[in-house]
Amino acid sequence: MEVINSNSAQLSNYEVLKHLQQLKDGRKKDKRQGQLATITYETLRYLENTPCNQQTPETITACLKALEPFNLSKNEKLMIINSPPTTALEIQLMIEESEERLTEEQVNEILKIVVLHFPHVQKVEENEDETEEA
Amino acid sequence: MFILVEMKNVTRITPDLFNIKLNDAIASELNKKLANKVVLNVGLCIALYDITSLQESFIFPGDGSSHTRVSFRYIVFRPFAEEILLGKIRSSSAEGVHVSLGFFDDIIIPPTYLQHPSRFDETEQAWVWEYDTGDGSKHDLFMDTGEPIRFKVTAEAFQETCPSTTFVPTAPDAIEKSENKTPYIITGSINEPGLGLLTWWDN
Repeated sequence: MEVINSNSAQLSNYEVLKHLQQLKDGRKKDKRQGQLATITYETLRYLENTPCNQQTPETITACLKALEPFNLSKNEKLMIINSPPTTALEIQLMIEESEERLTEEQVNEILKIVVLHFPHVQKVEENEDETEEA
Repeated sequence: MFILVEMKNVTRITPDLFNIKLNDAIASELNKKLANKVVLNVGLCIALYDITSLQESFIFPGDGSSHTRVSFRYIVFRPFAEEILLGKIRSSSAEGVHVSLGFFDDIIIPPTYLQHPSRFDETEQAWVWEYDTGDGSKHDLFMDTGEPIRFKVTAEAFQETCPSTTFVPTAPDAIEKSENKTPYIITGSINEPGLGLLTWWDN
């Protein structure tokens, strides 16, 4: 076995979730899968508990479009999609040197964009998002 | 968190699989070989993503199986440095806090990367963040097993677990032998505001 490119692309959690779900539905009769069933089950269980479970390709694309003006790196955008931040503190963690690169208004704007495209993240911390929207 | 890795392999298909489509047989062989295995300096293999090319198959004298050169892409778990991940505390020891993602267990947050100051509670077998409330007193924040935790990936370490290079063992006894060595360890940190148990930052 030979590795040609050990990092040809980053995958979002959503893409992995969809792929594994298809895999699981498609090959129930195959008894020769060995470890595949274990790892698929465990990974699905993890991903199903993350916000990516409610995402759709449309909302992800729309959210990425809306985030364009902020000059975020690919990794930063990936993290925002994988675990949509609900507080300014989380944004500070995900975005390097966020204090210098983003103003407070911009941070609030990002939070608004996230809530707009992924309304389901709100449920976890409802009170907080309500105050932000007001 | 997940990446796509391009790989090449010569896959052997035994005659009992000649009745199914070659693509399906190869996909199933590749998954059997790689799923849930760590490939050195690549990461934890999850599942086949797609087959990008199949070349002609060969039959060798004395072996009824077909051998096919195949290029494929595989979904691999390998978080990048500084990535923020969400996991659950699996256990705690004097060496630090062990975190699990469900499908990947070898994540450790060493004592120096915990919130400061922290101490290890021997009776509870848990790490405690001695949070300074600002008025001179301390508030103990326990890190109990099973609690959801947010951490930052700081380092990764690959270890060769079998003498025969990067080839991942498929025989069950080979896996057992190598089990006491961890092939892929991720080191995390929670010594920044916003990191640590989710409940700490809820309000």
